[in-house]
Parts: sequence; structure tokens; C-alpha cells
Amino acid sequence: MTFGRLTTTVAALTFCAGGALAEGKLSIYHWFEYIPQELLDRFSEETGIEVTMDTYDSNEAMLASLKGGTLGSYDVAVPGDYMVQIMRDEGMLDTIAEGELINKANIEEQWLNVDFDPGRMHSIPYQWGSTSFAVNREVYAEDIDTTDMIFNPPDALKGKINVLDTQGELLALASLHLGIPQCSADREQLKKLSETVNAAKAHWASFNSDGAKDVLVSGDAAVGMIWNGFGAKARVEGAPIEYAYPKEGYVVWMDNVVLLKDAPNRDNAIKFMDFLLEPENIAEVSNFAQYTAGVKGVTPLLTDDLKSSPEQNPPASAPAGTFVKVCDQETQALYDAIWTRLKK
Amino acid sequence: MAGLVPSSGKSAAFAPARIWLMLPSWASIGFFLLLPVLLMLVYSFLTKEFRGGVVWEFSLSSYDRFFLDRGLFGDEPPQIEWTYIAIFWRSAWQAGLATILCLIVGFPTAWFIATRPSHTRSLWLFLITIPYWVNLLIRTVSMKFLIRDNGPLNEWLMAIGLIDAPITMINTNFAVQLGLFYSYLPFMVLPIYAAVERYNFALNEAAADLYAPKWRVLWLIVLPVVRPGVIAGCILVFVPSLGAFLAPDLLGGAKNWMIGSLIEDQFKGAAGNWPFGAAVAMVLLSIVLVVLFIYARSHARASEQ
Repeated sequence: MTFGRLTTTVAALTFCAGGALAEGKLSIYHWFEYIPQELLDRFSEETGIEVTMDTYDSNEAMLASLKGGTLGSYDVAVPGDYMVQIMRDEGMLDTIAEGELINKANIEEQWLNVDFDPGRMHSIPYQWGSTSFAVNREVYAEDIDTTDMIFNPPDALKGKINVLDTQGELLALASLHLGIPQCSADREQLKKLSETVNAAKAHWASFNSDGAKDVLVSGDAAVGMIWNGFGAKARVEGAPIEYAYPKEGYVVWMDNVVLLKDAPNRDNAIKFMDFLLEPENIAEVSNFAQYTAGVKGVTPLLTDDLKSSPEQNPPASAPAGTFVKVCDQETQALYDAIWTRLKK
Repeated sequence: MAGLVPSSGKSAAFAPARIWLMLPSWASIGFFLLLPVLLMLVYSFLTKEFRGGVVWEFSLSSYDRFFLDRGLFGDEPPQIEWTYIAIFWRSAWQAGLATILCLIVGFPTAWFIATRPSHTRSLWLFLITIPYWVNLLIRTVSMKFLIRDNGPLNEWLMAIGLIDAPITMINTNFAVQLGLFYSYLPFMVLPIYAAVERYNFALNEAAADLYAPKWRVLWLIVLPVVRPGVIAGCILVFVPSLGAFLAPDLLGGAKNWMIGSLIEDQFKGAAGNWPFGAAVAMVLLSIVLVVLFIYARSHARASEQ
């Protein structure tokens, strides 16, 4: 969509100036606003590797670009859980041999054997978090822990709602709202899903992913579907919002650094992955992006703000989150049709 | 397009070299324009690969999907598909309105510039182009800041007492229209300026001598002479507006697709349906070609008379 390809070149200038030999390059394909520049600079300083980064704003946009011919020009990308599975099935990922990653043992137990990449053959954890929504408490003071805020909003919030422009997460949240399974092929359930989102859309102001934080800060939206860390940033930037843990459920996700097939600098990609498995490095990402790392020993390195952030600590009453499922081809076509009908 | 004088090719000295001189431009048109369009044409008749890409099997399913509605599950009796017609219609009236507004504002502007003393004209043209040194994306985002509910425009309107509560402008058709109008205005001004600049103002005096009122001078003399510039300006505004996706996306809140956003989603979005995206692009291209063809014919007929 908007912030397209913001190419950042992190030349290891200090090294070039010092006359040291460049240790080659690393080409990263990453989400927007998701890694601190200082961390990339430090990686360059420590290894002498020159880093370049392009950014994307949705898993699907990244997949489309890679399939459109840029596979082979990047070393690593950072897809979400379901997208790792899709890319693996498409044969777009390279396998990390056993023992190649020195710091693999740093991965937290619960993230070592995940459904989307059993045994972590292609990926390492980057950050994980949840997708729900935040509500402006100056506009609406009552109970917000229900998906009604998005799909059946009270009058005070009508016309003041921003939703993420991501099909997977929005339709997954709508399915949780209706209590129907994801990747359902049941006609009645899908009709209900389509009707629900279409009726709710009348009350939505916009679909915006990369502006999801800004619309809450500026007050353009009083309810914003948002990723928890992005919501925390909005709160820190002054939005009087509270992040909701709806009783119907919400989405959880994990972004992962994957080794891409035909990586031009495979060795440097492995070095970068090892670098991100060091607690002090990945903690820096967490402190920046306000999400949770999947690496042991990170917690003591987090800022106090992050440790106590309500976006990080669901109340005991909150249900567990749900991962977005990968549907088979025929079922996916039905969800695509629902999305097109929603946007017409 | 605007008033290009057809070269009569009288300089025989260049005749033998003509082919070689033409080669670079034909090669770049062929390679960067015709070849990609041809590729899209081929893609639109191929089978969709799951999650982006194409399978090299002939299929009409993209066009079938565009024109026929077989229900959510694809097993109902086919009816006319209104979804995409609605998207095309929305794009067409937005682009048409933007063209009319650009003409209303652009014509007097171009006239004003062309009637300045010649040494200040370049300064006026320079002023017109200044905003376009900034990337379109940045300008569109800035527009969003200006018109938001608690943005400067609403605050100013409230300060002067014109309104009591902010008017919702952002995420509406109005905002999309504003974005289109603002983005493409110079494409209207510049060709009209080029036409007016060559206009012989002695004709006005001659008409006045014959007691023609001002509106009649404008209608019977000025407009027919500068018509090519006006038409070129209209085409240059209408065609890109038709395929715009930044304005509907950023200013319209991405709620109601225009053609550009529909196509974009087929390639970049979750649907990943490249053949369908190509088919939509082909339908759009066909409509634009038909419009241009009708114009070219009427133009040819007019110049015969």
C-alpha cells in the first residue's frame, strides 16, 4: 500500500572510512517500523556486513513481491506465522542445517516446535503479540472487552472505527465474534460472516494498517483494530486509549525471521539470525516495537514500561488468543470472495 | 498531443537515417509499453495459481468472474455481476468530476498565465510546478492532515464561525475527489497554457470591432482555437484519475475500491489473483481506448469540415 519500498541503506560507514575490508552484504525484506536503526548499525559495526533493507506493510504484499521475481535478491524476510507455512509450502524457504545456528538453544521451549515450522527448520522467532483493538476512553467509558466494539458498535462509536486492511486478521476476528471456526466451508456460516462484516462496514471510517496508530493518536478514530505493540505506541504518543481483550477471543501471531531460498548472502543471513537470537539484541527490538520476543533471558533486559504495559499483560479473565489458520485453496477462494464483496 | 504540428518530413537530408533515428523511441515504446501490456493480455487468459502467480493453462474464468455473478459459492444461476460495474462506475464519475473541476479552475489559470508579459510567464509556470517537486504520496498524506476532523481546515472554519462542529471530510468521496483534483490540476493547466500561448489575440480585437460580445468571442473564437489543448488536458486528467489508487486508499479510507485499488489488491493483497487483476486492467484499457478512438474520429471529422 503506502509506505512501499522505503529503502534504507545502512552502510557500515565507519568501517569503510577506516579502510577495513567489507565482509559482504545482507539484504533484508522487513515490515515497516519494526527494527531500530541502531541495532542494524551495531550489526554492521560488529560484523562489517553492509545491510540494506526494503519494507512491506502486509504479509501478502511481501509474498506477491517475492513471487513477482524478487526472490533471490533478499536473504531474509519476516513473515507472520501462517505466512511461514505458506512460503514453506511454496518452496520459497531454505533449510537451516542442524548446528548451523549457534544460538538456536536460546529459543524459548514453547516456540521451538511450532505448527507452522516444526523443529524450526527455516525460521527463528522474531516477535509475537496479539491483534485486537483499542478504544478511546474519553469517547467511550463502558465495557470494551467484546468484539461488538468493531462488529456491532454502540452509537457513540459509529463512524469512528478504523480496521486493519488485512484480510486474514479481520475475517479471523469476525469469525471469533460469530463463534464460527476459521476456514469454514459451511454455507450458512460463511453467509453470516459476509453479512456481518458488510453490515459493520457501514459504521467503519476506514481500513488502514500502517496508519492504525496515527488515526488513534490524531483522534480520527475512536476505535482502532490494532496490533498490541502498535497500540502501546499509540498510547505512549498520547492517545487516551485502552487495549481490549475481547471475551469472544482475539488473534495472536508470531513474526519470524526466515532464510529465503536462493539467498545471495546465505552465510551473512545465518549470522544475522544468530545476532537476533542474542537476548540483548532481540530485547532491543522488543523495547522498540513493544512486542514480545521468543528468546530466553530477554525479560530482565526490557524497559519497565514494557514489562508493565497493559498491552503485554492480559488480565487473568482474558481468553487465550487464536492463530490465523491457513485455508486450503477452495476454502480460501470463498474468503477472498467475501473480502471483495466487502470492498466493492 | 496538444497541438502537435505534424512534421511534414521535408528535410530530405535525414530521410535515409529516418529508420535509425526512430529506432530508439520505437524500441523503448515496444519494450516498456507494448510488451508489458501484451504480457497482461496473455495473463488475463491464464489460470490463477493459488496465492499469486499463474498456471499456463488457457482459461476464461477471469472474464467470467468479471461479468457474471454466480453467487458466493459459484453454483447459483449466473446473473450480471454488479460488483465490478459499481467499482468502474465510481471511478468513472470521480474521474469525470475531477476533469470538470480541473477544467473550471485550470482554464482561467492557464489563460491568466498566458496573458502575462512574456518575461513573467516562466515565473508563473514555475510556481505551478513547485508543489510537484514533492512526492505525490507525501502530498496526499498532507492533504489528509489538513482535512481531518480536528485538522487546520475544520479548526479554521470553526474559528471564523462558519460551522459549530467539525465536518467529516476525511474518508469520504469528497476527500477522494479533492485528492484527484489537486493531484492532476497541472496536467490541465499546462496543455491549455501551451494552446493559449499561441493564440493570436488580434482575433479578439477583430471580433470586438465587429461588435461580438465577450462570451461569443470566447465560445466562437477562443474555444475552437484552443480546443486541442483543452482536450489534451481533459485526457491527461481523466485517464490517470480513472486508475488512481493513492487518493481512494489514503483519503477515502480504502473502504470503497476504485479500479486502481481493485487491481492492486489482486496482485498485492490476500486474493493473489493475477489473471483477474490482468483482466480488470484489460477491461479498463479497452474502455480508455474506445474513448480515445471516439475522440480521434470526431476530431478527424471536425478537421475535414
